[in-house]
Amino acid sequence: MTSISEDSDKEKVHSVSVDLNNDSSLVIDIPDALCERDKVKFTVHTKTTLSSFQKPEYSVQRQHEDFIWLHDTIVETEEYAGLIIPPAPPKPDFEGPREKMHKLGEGESSMTKEEYAKMKQELEQQHIFPLGRVHREQLTSRMKSAADQQTSSHPMFRKDRNFQIFLEYDQDLTVRRKNAKEMFGGFFKNMVKSADEVLISGVKEVDEFFEQEKNFLLDYSSKIKDATAKAEKMTRSHKNVADDYNHISGALNNTAADNNTAFKKHLEKCAEVFEKLRKVEDRMASDQELKLTELLRYYTRDIQAAKDLLYRRARALADYENSNKALDKARLKGKDVAQAEENQKQCLQKFDKLSESGKKELTSFKARRVVAFRKNLIEMTELEIKHAKNSVSLLQGSIEILKSN
Amino acid sequence: MAASSERSPPPFPDSEEPELLEDSDEGADAFTGTSISEMDSPSPDSTRPPKDIFNEPLEDIFSDPLSNINSEPQKKVDTKIPSPSSDEVVDLFSDPLDDDSEVISSPEVQNPMPDLLNEPVQAPKSDVLGEPPVHKNAARQQYIFEDPPKGSSKSSSVKKAASAELFGDEDEEDLFKELPKVVTKKPQPLGPPVDVFTEVKSDVKVKPQVKDDPTDLFTEEALTAPAPKPSASSSSSRTNGVHSEEHDLFSEATVELSLDSPRNDRKKKDAVKPSVSAPVAPVASSSSKAPSKTLEELEEEESEDTFDLNISVTNPEKVGDGMNAYMAYKVSTQTSLTMFRSKMFTVRRRFSDFLGLYEKLSEKHSQNGYIVPPPPEKSILGMTKVKVGKEDPSSAEFVERRRAALERYLQRVVSHPSLLQDPDVREFLEKEELPRAVSTQALSGAGFLKMLNKATDAVSKMTIKMNEQDVWFDEKIQDVENEEQHMRKLHIMVESLVNHRKELSGNTAVFAKSVAMLGSSEDNTALSRALSQLAEVEDRIEQIHQEKAANDFFTFSELLADYIRLLGAVKGCFDQRMKAWQRWQDAENMLQKKREAEAKLLWANKPDKLQQAKDEIAEWEAKVTQYEREFERISATVRKEVIRFDKEKARDFKRQIIKYLESLLNSQQQLIKYWEAFLPEAKAIA
Repeated sequence: MTSISEDSDKEKVHSVSVDLNNDSSLVIDIPDALCERDKVKFTVHTKTTLSSFQKPEYSVQRQHEDFIWLHDTIVETEEYAGLIIPPAPPKPDFEGPREKMHKLGEGESSMTKEEYAKMKQELEQQHIFPLGRVHREQLTSRMKSAADQQTSSHPMFRKDRNFQIFLEYDQDLTVRRKNAKEMFGGFFKNMVKSADEVLISGVKEVDEFFEQEKNFLLDYSSKIKDATAKAEKMTRSHKNVADDYNHISGALNNTAADNNTAFKKHLEKCAEVFEKLRKVEDRMASDQELKLTELLRYYTRDIQAAKDLLYRRARALADYENSNKALDKARLKGKDVAQAEENQKQCLQKFDKLSESGKKELTSFKARRVVAFRKNLIEMTELEIKHAKNSVSLLQGSIEILKSN
Repeated sequence: MAASSERSPPPFPDSEEPELLEDSDEGADAFTGTSISEMDSPSPDSTRPPKDIFNEPLEDIFSDPLSNINSEPQKKVDTKIPSPSSDEVVDLFSDPLDDDSEVISSPEVQNPMPDLLNEPVQAPKSDVLGEPPVHKNAARQQYIFEDPPKGSSKSSSVKKAASAELFGDEDEEDLFKELPKVVTKKPQPLGPPVDVFTEVKSDVKVKPQVKDDPTDLFTEEALTAPAPKPSASSSSSRTNGVHSEEHDLFSEATVELSLDSPRNDRKKKDAVKPSVSAPVAPVASSSSKAPSKTLEELEEEESEDTFDLNISVTNPEKVGDGMNAYMAYKVSTQTSLTMFRSKMFTVRRRFSDFLGLYEKLSEKHSQNGYIVPPPPEKSILGMTKVKVGKEDPSSAEFVERRRAALERYLQRVVSHPSLLQDPDVREFLEKEELPRAVSTQALSGAGFLKMLNKATDAVSKMTIKMNEQDVWFDEKIQDVENEEQHMRKLHIMVESLVNHRKELSGNTAVFAKSVAMLGSSEDNTALSRALSQLAEVEDRIEQIHQEKAANDFFTFSELLADYIRLLGAVKGCFDQRMKAWQRWQDAENMLQKKREAEAKLLWANKPDKLQQAKDEIAEWEAKVTQYEREFERISATVRKEVIRFDKEKARDFKRQIIKYLESLLNSQQQLIKYWEAFLPEAKAIA
């Protein structure tokens, strides 16, 4: 069992930032993640002053599936249709590194114990830990926005049983994984939704605000998706560079080991420099990943959630128009008028409600996005500067040493 | 000796030969005893011993034996060597012992000797102490040359003038003419000073003339050198005894004394040679210990000294069109070395000229165990691109890469003390028009022949099974092999770094564009602005990554590629040594066979063929000795070369790494600047 938590300064910064909510009636953070065989468990820590909770503080263990379950139950609740539901984070790919580890185990005979230990540690540090870290950050931010909504804009969440269970229940939730049928169902639903989206796109928009929002979101969503993909690529190649530093350092050390001239000293020094540079470069890459790529990734999904909201509203609008037609027909025929009237009234109500809360949501969403971008960009810039300064002093020191001997 | 056949070309190549010849004679002692490096640095202290030890005692102790030597051995010598007359020898012998009235035969000789002993010795000494070694030495050399000659150099050629100067003018006629003959009898003692000459010359860059006079002496010596040893008979046993003692003494003495001016050495040698006997040797060797340490330090300093020859390869230019086009490079040299005609000169050379230079150098020097720096590889693909292509970045990179490689190649060549002296190198740097280098074409018949040769070489190399006697070589060969492998791995890693960095640069550029797009569709003004600023920052970072990639490549990756090639050259040296060994062994085997044949003949009682067999044995004995010496010589050279290479490599590597890190540092500083400029933008988002 390996703990992913790293008590680096950065982590603390982040934990603090979660607590920055003015309203401290419900504070959630994820201070820890545990690797347990093929499962990764996150500790969800809740602090609250809300009366609906039985205790002021909870600490429970949740898996990725539990988060997905929470998301799904929230989405399926009719009441929340007018809200932008915080998207669930994508499942981190722990399998890749783990497979590598496995292969490492198989090749164990061909290498010495130290080598194996070194490789293993390397893999953990370079692949599993960052993944865990990133995922934890993602979950933390999700929970934070959920908590935000619960405490500020949407008291409705507060009454949500599932959410409370998620936070309170101190046993395993034992959410079962979706079986194939459900998976297929989900897929089918998505298809229907997409087709429906196309159909109702023909419906004439009555509200200019929503018309504008729709256009903006469509445009923005494609752009941010693109930017995310590019940022991912960029950080990946940055990581490759850091890996190369590592390999060069190793190769230099190997060269130095077999050498006994004056050359050896230089090689060793050089290897050391590269090793240190690797650390800095690695940090740089993963911070970029955390602050920039993750920001973009999150908003790609969040914007999808906003688009979903628009879809639900458009659906309601279409329903309302259909009910209008049905009412007209009923009136013409003089049959079931009361029922149709009732239906039409309900649809209108639903639509109005959705429009109203949607407007509010979208406005606050925009504000939230700007704030989040600001925060992350500042943090990233500061980290970039910090790392660059680190490597500058590192390089300066090394050059001094090299020059002096 | 094999070397004597290479003797014909004029001064420069010759200057190396004497050294080599000398090595073969007593290289074993000199090289195992003390590192070469100690021999060439000047030291003020060491000027003393010759005077104290050799001159004064000589008069007392050796006056007696001298008379003997003068009378008895002279005759024996006469029997061996036809030319020298006893008079001349007496002249020579009397020089050092100016007081020894018994021996003196020619009065004129007395004059120069005091000169030689006092003036020049004092002068250099005082000089040496102050100034930096290189210039000082040059100055000193000149000083020496200017002082003794009182004007009249009778010989017409520069060569002779130089030697004349050395010997002073008054007795020049006598001494100069006699010396060679004397030398023929005593090849070993003569060796060391020559060594000093060449060493001093190479480090100090004296005028080329200086080297000439040992050459003169040695032309004769070389031809006759092997003779005395094999022909040692009972009648000349005494002379032989003297020979061997001198041999010892001088190998020691060289270490110690070689550091003063060659002049000094020569005089001392002249003085000591005739009368040396066993008792002197320990004195000399014991006195040699103290100074040798300080010498080492001095030598260190000297080698750290800046090398006063700057070569740059610039302005690659495409000449001609189509497939006959080629790139010409400007080769500029800046130097204060007197061996060049001017201080600054520029020539235009094409790539095949560089290859031609390498061919010439490697032909001449690699068989002697020198590490001849290899030129950059020929790249048909790259060049074809340049020939055909317009201005595309990859061909520009190719040209730049080659230019840098050529520059490094030339710098390596001239930083090799022996190669710098090669007339071809000078010609390459100085001469306006070079004859077009042939046989460098990759696809020519000559190229094919070369490939064939290489293949046969590789095969023969595999068939040679050498049982290595020398631990040093045994380890070093293994080390070089390992190092080459490590270097190759390292090189692959660095190449991958270059590629990844380029990839990163490309991805950053794409991301910058994408962010710019995102910024344009962002509806919050401040955020939109910040995003487009971010795009600009990323654009600049892309530039940084690109610079870093270029730095990775040119400073680091190419350095490693050079080393891999150089290590190949080092391995070539080891192979040359192995070949010499094989030749020696073959001769040994042949001798064995001849001896067996002789025994058979004896047994079969066939006197008519016996004489022929004996002759053959003698012939092969001579060959074995010769090959053995050659092997020892090449071993010594290779060893010296490898040590030099290691040292150079360490220094070069350090310099390059510092350069590399400095460039990284620079990029990081720029990075800080960019991000710091961006920070207020990020904070301005509202």
